[in-house]
Amino acid sequence: MTAVRSSPRRGRGTASGRGSRIASLLVVILILALLLVFFVLPVIWVVLAPTKTANELIDNPPLSFGSFANVGRAWGHLVTFQGGVLFLWLKNSAIYSGGSLILTLITSIPAGYALALTKFRGRKLLLTITLLVMIMPSASLVLPVFLELNLFGLIGTIWSIILPFSFFPFGVYLVYIYFATSLPQEMLEAARIDGANEWSVFTRIALPLAKPVVALVAFFSFVGNWNNFFLPYLVLPSSDQFPIQVGLNQLLSSTPSFNPVAGAGLNIQSPELALSIIVAILPVLIVFLFSQRALVSGMLAGATKG
Amino acid sequence: MTALTTGGRLAASAPTSPARRRPARRRSGLAGYAFVAGYVVLLAAFGIFPTLYAIYLALTNDRGQFVGLGQFVKVVQDYRFGPAFADILVYLVMWLIILVVLTVVVAVILRSRVRPGLSAVFRFLFYVPGALAGVASVLVWLFMLDPGVSPVSGLLNALGFGTFSQVIAPGNLPVIFVLIAFWTGAGGWIVVMYGALNNIPDEILEAARMDGAGPWKSAWHIQIPMISKWIAYMTILAFAAGTQLFVEPQLLQSASLGRLNPTWSPNQLAYVLAFQFGDFNGAAAVSIFLLVIGLIGAGILVTRSGLFKVDEQ
Repeated sequence: MTAVRSSPRRGRGTASGRGSRIASLLVVILILALLLVFFVLPVIWVVLAPTKTANELIDNPPLSFGSFANVGRAWGHLVTFQGGVLFLWLKNSAIYSGGSLILTLITSIPAGYALALTKFRGRKLLLTITLLVMIMPSASLVLPVFLELNLFGLIGTIWSIILPFSFFPFGVYLVYIYFATSLPQEMLEAARIDGANEWSVFTRIALPLAKPVVALVAFFSFVGNWNNFFLPYLVLPSSDQFPIQVGLNQLLSSTPSFNPVAGAGLNIQSPELALSIIVAILPVLIVFLFSQRALVSGMLAGATKG
Repeated sequence: MTALTTGGRLAASAPTSPARRRPARRRSGLAGYAFVAGYVVLLAAFGIFPTLYAIYLALTNDRGQFVGLGQFVKVVQDYRFGPAFADILVYLVMWLIILVVLTVVVAVILRSRVRPGLSAVFRFLFYVPGALAGVASVLVWLFMLDPGVSPVSGLLNALGFGTFSQVIAPGNLPVIFVLIAFWTGAGGWIVVMYGALNNIPDEILEAARMDGAGPWKSAWHIQIPMISKWIAYMTILAFAAGTQLFVEPQLLQSASLGRLNPTWSPNQLAYVLAFQFGDFNGAAAVSIFLLVIGLIGAGILVTRSGLFKVDEQ
């Protein structure tokens, strides 16, 4: 643990001072080590689980590697579950999060731009409402949205998922902050003096500069919607419409170790369930791994400004 | 929960005053309306209308007759209402204490006791489980808590849990939900707190060091007070999101083969009222309670924290 800095401080040399430095170093190492195990161990276990059979999962050491043949077998069981419904669920998830991502971008980018750089009556009110709804837990609106969809008979349609998912006030706020801080009003004025109308000011000057914030909005919208469970769980009645998250719930209730009655003879056991977790989060994980650096540096850059 | 915590994270990039002088223009007024139109339609359809409709349902009965606060009285007197809010309260107290103490301590350690490169690795590893937010995290923890397959089955046995059903005994549920929430959410908050600590000018810490303050003393007297705004921000967001707990108890309930209480959390109660009893009015009343809690939290943050200045013009 040479990488852990011993604290530079004055007045070193006394025995008690050195003792407390060592104690504080040990506390630091202990906290970091425990948290590292806590955060990483479950991930490693899930990745290794499909390499073992259900019995090996119980009998072999928890972090041992089984064989790739077992992964293949678990995969075989998973894709034949209810005639390949897994792929249907993944496709549904892609349609729901992809469709709503497009609508979110189409609506939130112009809206954030207008809130930051144009003037209209009600602008401040709209901004305040956006802030409030953005900070409120999204789950608090799910049941009211369900009741509304029920009122209009939209339950069970693809729009009952895509449209509510598209409403993303946090995205509008991100775009607003981005344009308000990084696009000088003077640039727009110059274009207007040259005779450009508002639409071409937006498409020719603002949009080309918006790439970083588009990526940011897309990331949060996609991750949030792909992992969303509550709304589709309430709104979609039939299995062939489920997104993968709700599908996982169905796999869980088909797994004998958690549900001995329903699971008999379905071939979905712990390794298959673990594999389905990996499959379900893979798209989000890939997005996470590739955008983490940019996202964190963006966050920190923003934070240092404030 | 996900949307919320990620929301919180990113807001870290929000500068405190995005306002700047704008020359008055008349012609961009109409254009402004055109630009926000699509978003306003969605806001009206999925933010404002559902709220108003839920209020309407909560004030009427199933025949559409106005009943005043009758639905609220009915759900509050429901034998499941008190326990559901008590459950969530126990969970929230544990969750907020653990979240605040650990994220702040870890951020301070990563900021001032670990080399920047190593600190980045730690932050990344703590952050990754966030990708498994939602159903996936619950399934992972079902395995972690099943002594038959868990990598920490020794620990579970030592704590006196020999079987999965012993682990998910009702008394353990708040701890289990705290574990899941911390596993998926804490990493992002550590990143935010680390970013906030990074804002503190080095000179201030240097001056404290000159005065003989050790790292823990500096943390307690300088670093933590200087990020208190962010700590308050995290606490309010985590509180509001925590009141909404649904996926975790719902999945655990189905994995327990119905042995657990299906109305453990308020959102589950609203769900059961709507879907098992067809009582949409009662469900709306429960959801209004949750909406009001969320709205109060949001209101406090927007008006009091100074983190979101709308602008001064």
